[in-house]
Amino acid sequence: MSVLVYTESENGSFKKTAFEVVSYAKAIATELGTTLTAVSINASNTSQLGVYGADKVLEITNDSLANFDAQGYADAISQAATSQDATVVVLSQTANAKFMAPLVAVNLEAGYVSNVVALPQSITPFKIKHSVYTNKAFSLTQINTPVKIIGLGKNAYGLHETSAAAVSEAFSPSFKQSDTKVISVDKATDKVTIADAEVVVSAGRGLKGPENWGMIEEMATILGAATACSKPVSDMGWRSHGEHVGQTGKPVAATLYIAIGISGAIQHLAGINSSKIKVVINTDPEAPFFKAADYGIVGDAFEIVPQLNEKLKAFKAQNA
Amino acid sequence: MKILVCISHVPDTTSKINFTDNDTKFDTNGVNFVINPNDEFGLTRAMWFKEKQGASVHVVNVGGPETEPTLRKALAIGADEAIRIDTPATDGYSVALQLADVVQQGGYDLVIGGRESIDYNGGMVPGMLAKMIGANFVNTCISLEVEGSSATAIREIDGGKETLHTSLPLVIGGQKGLVEESDLRIPNMRGIMQARSKPLHVKQGVEQSPRSQATTFEKPAPRGAVKMVDSVDELIDLLHNEAKVI
Ligand SMILES: Cc1cc2nc3c(=O)[nH]c(=O)nc-3n(C[C@H](O)[C@H](O)[C@H](O)COP(=O)(O)OP(=O)(O)OC[C@H]3O[C@@H](n4cnc5c(N)ncnc54)[C@H](O)[C@@H]3O)c2cc1C
Ligand SMILES: Nc1ncnc2c1ncn2[C@@H]1O[C@H](COP(=O)(O)O)[C@@H](O)[C@H]1O
Repeated sequence: MSVLVYTESENGSFKKTAFEVVSYAKAIATELGTTLTAVSINASNTSQLGVYGADKVLEITNDSLANFDAQGYADAISQAATSQDATVVVLSQTANAKFMAPLVAVNLEAGYVSNVVALPQSITPFKIKHSVYTNKAFSLTQINTPVKIIGLGKNAYGLHETSAAAVSEAFSPSFKQSDTKVISVDKATDKVTIADAEVVVSAGRGLKGPENWGMIEEMATILGAATACSKPVSDMGWRSHGEHVGQTGKPVAATLYIAIGISGAIQHLAGINSSKIKVVINTDPEAPFFKAADYGIVGDAFEIVPQLNEKLKAFKAQNA
Repeated sequence: MKILVCISHVPDTTSKINFTDNDTKFDTNGVNFVINPNDEFGLTRAMWFKEKQGASVHVVNVGGPETEPTLRKALAIGADEAIRIDTPATDGYSVALQLADVVQQGGYDLVIGGRESIDYNGGMVPGMLAKMIGANFVNTCISLEVEGSSATAIREIDGGKETLHTSLPLVIGGQKGLVEESDLRIPNMRGIMQARSKPLHVKQGVEQSPRSQATTFEKPAPRGAVKMVDSVDELIDLLHNEAKVI
């Protein structure tokens, strides 16, 4: 018996979610009285995982896994799990982890629960809480299979340091080259993505037109934030579809979500429920978003945002 | 090309979510059910395959009789036949297992599912199905073209997109981008009339035991009242000293 965690990396460096899933998986391993093994693919610096509790790291180094390939990755991780006799496998909920988790579940004949928000409530029977109805509710779900797969929602557990050895071991899985090949990747490398961001600055139809997004971009730069928008804004082509947040768009699990000129429709709020602090700037004191906010300013974005940007710049300069 | 579109029957996006029977069951009282939005984009894309490339399009749902109006709506939009697997959708795995049986019996080349259902939000059925039947799989698919047995798909990744080359048989987890909102079709009178005489096959499910099941539900704790702030200085101070997020 052991716990296995998949630690995702990009260009060799671990993503922050990797440290979060290790922290979480360590807590489960402790509860089960067993050890935690991490598995990494083409990552360097695996000793970092020890800081969050990995006892062992299976390092997979393989050029044919240089591009993400759901099939190949799923096979590699499944074999790592089997080799460790893992009864619990933990993954994050990044786009790639969500892509391959169902494949791992079939490989390991395991029950899989996604969008998990807490440690298991009980081990026997195995019951775990996860969000459903697009964050409008939680379900306590029981997994009946000997092997359990957990997809941990971003920022659901946080980082917890506990030192462990992170003994590195090379691991060479065998897998079939899949039929699916990456032809090209189109990704702005200098921008923070909504999935990775701690802070998200989001704007809606209240901004009147795409030409007014300069101040939103500026705030995002000052705060190291990602930019986002409401659905009509992407529908009208003011911003790209990838920025649309909500029930039919992207979920945001940020520590700070700043909503400017967004009314706060139920479908929009569904996407941001798992963000920690919400700030709303809106001219209409009756805007429904204020009911879901932590802090609110009633006012015109065209006045407030430039002021806020200046003050934030000064604040950042002072606290740098 | 034979296409199967998986249709999840879900509460519409404005629904208030409540539970009954000591929080063990979803309260359907006053709830309007619709085709899962991600599946609706997929269904419209399938219609284009039908119209431009002569594909036949079947739709399928795993669920009880209450889902039939949703399947009829898919027929009214233009699907040729509908299948309902008469078994409760307990978990993603058991739904995928039922769908795998349908795909194998029906010899479909392309299966279009959604990135996730907006009720269970599992994001798992299409991937599990693909693995069970040994088909290729592309998730968060925002564009799909098929020529003969080869396919070019674009998928959304965190912060961008990726173009993939793959081949049939193929399963996708689709979403907006496959078609746009303005491309979605509202059933017209003629479609609704025709749908009445199109086949809706009800089949018994294969034997299974779910790997997981929901025990109880709860709603998020009510939040504290919003703090209204008069100046940006005060806001920065609160974010820094109280919320500690900047
Ligand atoms: C099936 C379905 C799915 C949907 N999914 C989503 C989804 O995933 N995400 C989503 O966002 N929406 C979604 N919607 C749309 C949603 O219902 C709302 O229409 C949408 O969120 C409104 O966007 P908005 O707040 O930008 O625009 P509006 O509702 O037009 O609000 C604009 C706001 O800006 C304020 N404002 C105006 N001028 C200023 C100013 N100068 N300064 C400050 N504030 C100002 C106004 O007071 C108002 O509150 C969905 C709808 C449906 C039917
Ligand atoms: N009961 C069901 N019947 C048919 N298709 C389903 C069902 N449940 C889920 N699906 C399909 O699987 C996708 C993902 O669902 P889920 O894994 O529940 O998030 C949905 O968008 C549908 O295409």
